Amino acid sequence: MNARPDNPGPGLAVAHCLRETDIFDGRIVGLGYEALDPGLHLPEYCDAGYLLPYPSAGDSTFLERIALIKEREQIDALIPCLDAELPSVTRLLSEIERMGIATYLPSPDQLELRNKDRLEELAAHAGIEAPRTKPVADAQFFFECTRRGWEFPLVVKGLFYDAAIVRSPDQAVTAFKRIAAQWGLPVLVQEFLEGEEVNLTGVADGNGRLLSPVMMKKLALTDKGKAWSGITVSDDTLLEASRSLVERTRWRGPLEVEVMREPDGAYRLIEINPRFPAWVYLTAGAGHNALDTLLRLMRGERLDCEEPAPAGVIYLRYAEDTILPLEEYESVVMNGWRTPLEPHQESSP
Amino acid sequence: MSELQFSEESLLPDAATLERLALSSSGFLFDPVSGHSFTLNETGRDILKILQETRDLKALKQQLSDEYDLDSSTLDRDLLEFLGSVRDQLRRP
Amino acid sequence: MTDARKPWVKPSIVMHRSGMVNKFGSVQRSQWQDQLAGVSVAALVEEHGSPLFVISEQKLRDNARHLLHAFATRYPSVRYAWSYKTNYLGAVCRALHQEGAWAEVVSGFEYEKARSLGVPGNEIVFNGPHKTRSSLERAIAEGARIQVDHLDELYLIESIARETGRRVPIGIRLNYETGYTENWSRFGFNVESGQAMDAAWRIANSDSLELKWLHSHIGTFVLDHRAYGAAARIVAGFMNDVEQKTGCEIDAIDIGGGFASHNALQGIYLPPEQVVPSLDQYAEEVCTPLLEATYERVARGRPLPTLILETGRAVVDDAESLITTVVANKKMPDGRRCVIVDAGVNVLFTAFWYNHQITPTRDLTGAPEETVIYGPLCMNIDVIRKSILLPPVRTGDTLIVSPVGAYNNTQWLQFIEYRPRVVLVHGEAEVSVVRERETLATVTELEQLPPHLAPTDHDGQSPDPSR
Repeated sequence: MNARPDNPGPGLAVAHCLRETDIFDGRIVGLGYEALDPGLHLPEYCDAGYLLPYPSAGDSTFLERIALIKEREQIDALIPCLDAELPSVTRLLSEIERMGIATYLPSPDQLELRNKDRLEELAAHAGIEAPRTKPVADAQFFFECTRRGWEFPLVVKGLFYDAAIVRSPDQAVTAFKRIAAQWGLPVLVQEFLEGEEVNLTGVADGNGRLLSPVMMKKLALTDKGKAWSGITVSDDTLLEASRSLVERTRWRGPLEVEVMREPDGAYRLIEINPRFPAWVYLTAGAGHNALDTLLRLMRGERLDCEEPAPAGVIYLRYAEDTILPLEEYESVVMNGWRTPLEPHQESSP
Repeated sequence: MSELQFSEESLLPDAATLERLALSSSGFLFDPVSGHSFTLNETGRDILKILQETRDLKALKQQLSDEYDLDSSTLDRDLLEFLGSVRDQLRRP
Repeated sequence: MTDARKPWVKPSIVMHRSGMVNKFGSVQRSQWQDQLAGVSVAALVEEHGSPLFVISEQKLRDNARHLLHAFATRYPSVRYAWSYKTNYLGAVCRALHQEGAWAEVVSGFEYEKARSLGVPGNEIVFNGPHKTRSSLERAIAEGARIQVDHLDELYLIESIARETGRRVPIGIRLNYETGYTENWSRFGFNVESGQAMDAAWRIANSDSLELKWLHSHIGTFVLDHRAYGAAARIVAGFMNDVEQKTGCEIDAIDIGGGFASHNALQGIYLPPEQVVPSLDQYAEEVCTPLLEATYERVARGRPLPTLILETGRAVVDDAESLITTVVANKKMPDGRRCVIVDAGVNVLFTAFWYNHQITPTRDLTGAPEETVIYGPLCMNIDVIRKSILLPPVRTGDTLIVSPVGAYNNTQWLQFIEYRPRVVLVHGEAEVSVVRERETLATVTELEQLPPHLAPTDHDGQSPDPSR
């Protein structure tokens, strides 16, 4: 679920889309990592809620947990919504499928393509440019970089997360040290892009086709830079780039493509995410419910919905308070799940 | 080994504190004054439950010895540590 | 007689903190094992004491074979040299030499030890920034494979070569930017700045030296296997370059060590099974560019350079474990539990950078709690694990710390306590002592007391305060 008040994850939006598909009226089980994740507690979206071990707890702990949830809830399908859990899930795919749980995901090789230091390769697949990126292992680089054609401002990025815009060697070294301490070496240095971000989400069928594409431009940002409002757009360059990328990588499963449209009209690939974005509910609003497409693909249906969603549909995000009874909080903390079980179902720890 | 002479007053959480605590059979403990919640293991839960009924150290030890397989010096040692920890945790803002 | 009473578990109370709420309450199962390499842990401790290092000879050999297989199936000419500094216990070295490994040494002491273990000079790779004149004289006389770290060493070797009228084949160590690791520029000659080529010119112009090998060692615990692809490309590129420019003929490329083992480095978020590349992945990265870069020379009928590996950690680390015993339980003022064990950081140096796996030797009941594990030393830095989820343990319980095979038996120091025994499990669960526990005699053996400080009959009485 990964839902946080200040940084909403896609999980709740995915559940919202699932509730509105025509072909699914089953139970939705929310999986989260924190007892206060709203995704575990909102009955309108999730019929049950379970805590998962963090990926750092190791594969066997994760599999045991999935097996327990399967046993208690008879789940049929798993839809990961968090970047950090995708490597585990794809690596353990055969074990998960052996439990009778279906998935529709990119392969480990496809996932590796989105490593931040392989962006140029990925952009080549999309037929557009990537921002110039260089792995740097020594902070000395920033004192010589202007001589090597790297002008400030620059973006200093961690291998997995974190980024800072820096305008001088001193700022760069500070950011380098902070990021290296947390995410290790090398640290990536990227040219700073000016322009407007446009994003696309959809589902790729693994045979080179991108289905139910929806494109979105942010209309309003929070002070953390997250969108709280956006509008569907129709951007042919983004669409063609995404189609090309999907075709050439034979991507399978959900994805989000993020590009920057520069003032001169050039497009640069920022990154792709191997999951639905937090704004995925807009796809339902625009008549291209991405979860409907995903479920149909999982059922083996052959689909033709390759046309993009119409432009001009707006979404607006808002926060709302919900009430969490102490007993429910207790159940999540003590058992790791929300729904109190019937006595005959009580499984021994 | 001779039985340790605990000073009951200083070792046990005070009666008012014990009374206000909401202790559930799962070991979930909620302190309505501080708003904190806690996880107790089974032994910890049993100890607090007994103390909520009788704030009497002798009776507590007797009951634990009846229910659990342990010698009296282990009991003394673990109680000394646990009750200190409970007092300390419940005092926190 | 049966006791109907419940087993006692130390009572505990843990406060919930936002973002840190234990995921599964009490349903997390603890994993345990009561055997090591097929031998009962209880029996090992009974016979050999605690703490105790236990090496599995089979695991050690399997790892070496796995390494060679990974590389030899991808590149036709591979040679493995055992990195002495990783673990130079005689038993470990001998097992690997029996597997066909040469010795890779970095000091006069290690050189002597390798020779004493029966390794001929020409099967010793001699590295390191400090090689004394006398150790170099011996190494040259015995035909060892010397790899030069700096110009002063180069001139020293040349002077020895002239004095003895020999022509000495040597290698040079290279350093360079892989783009994936921090360059260890303090070792060897830099490629990008032209330093390495200058050294090669100097060797080519010498009548008593011959450049035959190139050495590099890009780092330690390198988790990004692509760094090795870059390293192999750069070193092979330098080889082609230096041969063309100076006319030398390189017959071996030594890619060094640095492969990660399945240990959990502190500060790395994901567990080792998710971040540590396999030996096959490392091998693929090294061998593919080597084959590409040597395609032409093979077409011209020249042999492939031998690929030399100095893998230490990835071969020995998980072949050794440390058994330690719980001596006390404590409660910290911040609510955390702590456990004191009888093995300290003086015998487990790697605890400074790894979160070692800690495995109980019985099924521990009770909910896991955040626990700190301290060693027995009277030193604040003596921390075996800063934070681990562990069910309550009792004094006398044993725990297995693993993997510990790399660097602990070489970097350990005698401090406050005697260093423990090391045993080797081999054959059908046979156990041999391969290093004895220290005694007062071993610790004081090298000491000398000047006569006026020697103990006398009056000792034990209070000193005369008037003196």
